[in-house]
Amino acid sequence: MNTPVKENDGNGNLMSDQTNNARPSSLSDVSANRERNKVGGTAPLGTGLEARGVHAWFDKHHALSDVSLDFSAGTVTALIGPSGCGKSTFIRTLNRMHEFIPKTSMAGQVLLDGKDIYEPGIDVTKIRLQIGMVFQKPNPFPSMTIGENVLSGIKLAQLKVDNHDELLEECLTRAGLWNEVKDRLGAHAGGLSGGQQQRLCIARALAVKPKVLLMDEPCSALDPGSTLRIEETISQLSKSMTIVIVTHNMQQAARVSDYTAFFLSDGGPGQMIEVGPTTEIFSRPRDERTENYVTGRFG
Amino acid sequence: MSIDAPAKAIPQPRKITTKPRVSDQIFRAIVTAFSFSALVILSLIAIFLLMKGFNTLKQQGIGFITNFEWSVVVDDGGVETAHFGLQAMLIGTVVISFIALFIAVPLSVLTALFLTFYAPERVKRILVTVVDLMAAFPSILYGLWGFFVLMPMAEYWAKLIHKWLGWIYIFDLPDPIYTRSPFIAGIVLSVMIIPIITSVSREVFAQTPLDRVQAAYALGATKWGMIRAVVLPFGAGGVVGGSMLGLGRAFGETVAVFSVLNIVFRTNFQILFTQGGNVASMIIQKWGEAGPSEVSALMAAGLVLFILTLFVNFLANSVVTRTVKSGR
Repeated sequence: MNTPVKENDGNGNLMSDQTNNARPSSLSDVSANRERNKVGGTAPLGTGLEARGVHAWFDKHHALSDVSLDFSAGTVTALIGPSGCGKSTFIRTLNRMHEFIPKTSMAGQVLLDGKDIYEPGIDVTKIRLQIGMVFQKPNPFPSMTIGENVLSGIKLAQLKVDNHDELLEECLTRAGLWNEVKDRLGAHAGGLSGGQQQRLCIARALAVKPKVLLMDEPCSALDPGSTLRIEETISQLSKSMTIVIVTHNMQQAARVSDYTAFFLSDGGPGQMIEVGPTTEIFSRPRDERTENYVTGRFG
Repeated sequence: MSIDAPAKAIPQPRKITTKPRVSDQIFRAIVTAFSFSALVILSLIAIFLLMKGFNTLKQQGIGFITNFEWSVVVDDGGVETAHFGLQAMLIGTVVISFIALFIAVPLSVLTALFLTFYAPERVKRILVTVVDLMAAFPSILYGLWGFFVLMPMAEYWAKLIHKWLGWIYIFDLPDPIYTRSPFIAGIVLSVMIIPIITSVSREVFAQTPLDRVQAAYALGATKWGMIRAVVLPFGAGGVVGGSMLGLGRAFGETVAVFSVLNIVFRTNFQILFTQGGNVASMIIQKWGEAGPSEVSALMAAGLVLFILTLFVNFLANSVVTRTVKSGR
């Protein structure tokens, strides 16, 4: 990451302190825990996610044309572009949420660790467990408590977890919410602020230990303060997982991402114009249209 | 400068009024009148029943609800001794209605889930029409179907239930007569209230916020998992409300129950036995040969049923509004 976040240390310490309390043991145990905390207890990173020649349609409307993008493991990729350029559609093809809308279709391949997630006969619920998603509008389950929300994915997928409390604390800590809610895990999620709800949704997505986290404009409904907290969270998470974030906010793309892909629609289906390291896209883009967009001449 | 300035008096808030046009006033009067007419008609019915049944209520007092004897005896001197007690009928009504709910609620909820989340568009359209048609079906036809078609089958089911669950009091019976029992009446009623519960549930399920549905799917939920985590908690209020509307209908149902139930003035909880009660059907049964005092008693019974139904519907409404507020 380009900007080290101050909170890193605090969280790491908090985690190992906690484990100390829970299981008073030898020093080596604690350091082993610290070691594990470095990768945040997620599944191994794998080789990342890869889109090959992805097209998408809504009924007969061709919304996205021939996008090939490589998201290597442990990187943050920002998808930018004006409204209607197909970036949200694209991100939804990456965990098969696109097909959830009736009468949609897609072409091409999306490879997770080299395996096509659209392969016939594949269990789509298993795919979504590995590729988590955070939505534009915070959407916690209002009938559940804060704690239940975080663990809802575990319950929905009927995963086995040894220690629920540990997982709960880990996910909330990684989402940067633990300190704010640790005393009211039994309260209903509806009572949280918008920013807190969004971080709760991130914690919820983390609980099933995905390899990839897709974020579809996660901050667009939030105030600047909450946005900052979530950007810190993203920086934190990027060490242990692959993140793809759609954003309308170019400063945000510049702040959080390693790579940036610029999408544009010239009236026809949306296309990916250019992709590269974020610093290059923002300082010396190859395509004139990218330059016009990132310098604020349109969009 | 502002310190020295004389304090400005705070004005009284102005009264804001508008003068509607005449055409608007007329329309307003018309809609007001019509919407209140429902209330007026309802009140008039209640008053009518109360006036007609007043004698009985005065004579029998609270016994009208708590006793279960129903007899008019005229001795040689022409003096009439009447006993009117509704207990058996009231309990019978509730028993039958709950049997109906017990069968109809699961069926309706599952039907509504299928229609909302699983059925292909064409199948859905057809099924919705059919279910709505069930509600419009005349109840005498349900009664005839219940008597001629359902009863022989249900008799067999009742025997099976008695065979395996007879050790439970409510499934036991004093004599092996299985026809015209509360059990059978309950089945007929359940068919009649399925449409209303289904359509209310379906409407509530269809309103489940999409973002919550997506959240569940994005967490790797199966369809069933999503329904359990999102749809059912969201729709619970609607299901309860729909069920209570169904209960309201079940309380008041007359003809269909009348044709498949043996009405006996004895409180009976053994649902498989050929002995039951139902206020509305009882009124129909007694109507033809009733003398003046008995007519008064039947009117009073009508009043009790009226209040009971009103109460259930009122409860249904408040349950729905309350769960709607808290659950979303």
